[in-house]
Amino acid sequence: MGELIAKEKEVVVPGEVIAKGMEYLPSHGTYRKDENIIANRLGILFIDGKVIKTIPVSGRYHPRRKDTIIAKVIDISMNGWRVDTNSAYSAMLSVKDATNEFIRKGEDLTRYFDIGDYLTCQIIQVTSQKLVDVTLKAPGLRKLGKGRIIEVKTHKVPRIIGKQGSMVSMIKNETKTQIVVGQNGMVWISGSQPQDEILAIKAIRLIEEQSHISGLTDRISELLKKDNKKKETKTEVKTEDKK
Amino acid sequence: MAYTKRHDNRKMDETRPIEAKVGVIKRAHGSAYFKIGDTIAYAAVYGPRELHPKFMQNPERGILRVKYNMLPFSGQGDRVRPGPNRRSKEIALVTQHALEPVLNLEDFPNSVVDVLIEFPQTDAGSRCAGICAASMALADAGITMKDLVPSIGIGRVGKQMLVDLDYYEEAYEEESVADIPLAMIPTTEEFTLLQMDGDVTKEQLKEALILGKKACHNIKKVMTTAIKQKFQEGVKKK
Repeated sequence: MGELIAKEKEVVVPGEVIAKGMEYLPSHGTYRKDENIIANRLGILFIDGKVIKTIPVSGRYHPRRKDTIIAKVIDISMNGWRVDTNSAYSAMLSVKDATNEFIRKGEDLTRYFDIGDYLTCQIIQVTSQKLVDVTLKAPGLRKLGKGRIIEVKTHKVPRIIGKQGSMVSMIKNETKTQIVVGQNGMVWISGSQPQDEILAIKAIRLIEEQSHISGLTDRISELLKKDNKKKETKTEVKTEDKK
Repeated sequence: MAYTKRHDNRKMDETRPIEAKVGVIKRAHGSAYFKIGDTIAYAAVYGPRELHPKFMQNPERGILRVKYNMLPFSGQGDRVRPGPNRRSKEIALVTQHALEPVLNLEDFPNSVVDVLIEFPQTDAGSRCAGICAASMALADAGITMKDLVPSIGIGRVGKQMLVDLDYYEEAYEEESVADIPLAMIPTTEEFTLLQMDGDVTKEQLKEALILGKKACHNIKKVMTTAIKQKFQEGVKKK
């Protein structure tokens, strides 16, 4: 008979026996050894009917098809740009995937993107040897202008974005900044005032730290509103001084 | 005089007190601290990341690179000369061989996982402490691996088999001493490290493996709870 040993929604460690018996099926982050299903990655356990899987709680980004990421141009070749994806593998952005403009052969590619530029791009394909191709030809993909780049833990990205982007749009509205979150854990923040950007970073860091504690949305909005109030009182004081 | 009572009043099959912690180095992708008695090991894992020089890349699987280093003040009084030497290179290699069988490195072709192990203080059994710390750090770094690799030194002083020798016992002069560091994969009970300094009979070696097996299963429990601790601490903060 199948018997579950570990509890659902708890952390499992590599080598830990999750379930005994052939009824259960191993999925992501688990493997079968004889009768047992064993974790092979540090993660949180989820059980969907008979299928057992774990969701990672640590680790670097691993490139996947259709992910939108923020990448940095690190090299320029004859037919495109090589970009760093914040993972073990760099990606290739070829000229035909970069722009609809006609680029003549032998033209200076730095006119479009130079080394050190950050781009939001989408992964078109990943081969078995982890050769990664990216494109800029999809809505919303572009070169990123002035702003700040911060790095967050990859497995926290869904929490920073929130359900249908609710969390990130709240931060955007409250701090009046533009934010782009890449699946690879790179986040671009740009605002007209440096303190707005700093507040947005503070909020993102708070999400990263406390995403597993319930009531996260309330705490974030509290943080953002408190700071907005401070600003208001400050400006009030200033106007009084003038009087 | 036969060695019938251990100098620190431990039982013959008792390890020194163990302390383990995960996530001690902020900038590393995974890290761990493992203390057994007076031997302290820190392990940091970086990667998987791009491997240079390029000729070292393996298109079929990622490679594991281990560095073992004792800090100058870590020894028994004499200054340990810094930098790699014959001993540290050998230990790094056996550590790599001890860890490789559990890692699913075929998930990361052409890349490298770097494991750096540092010892601020040693009192015998450092390669075993290093392997324990490294396997915890690898798990913390989110590398797919079949199991943790606990490791322990088994020894013989006179005719007595002992678990986890410290430096006093390893350097015991009144009787002959043998020292067998070993590492085991608990789910399959396969040994990935088995070395010996000194000599033992066939029966004594068998006894050593049985003692080692038992100790490794216990160490794995300590390592598992230590890794889980990192995530429970956050929940308590509420």
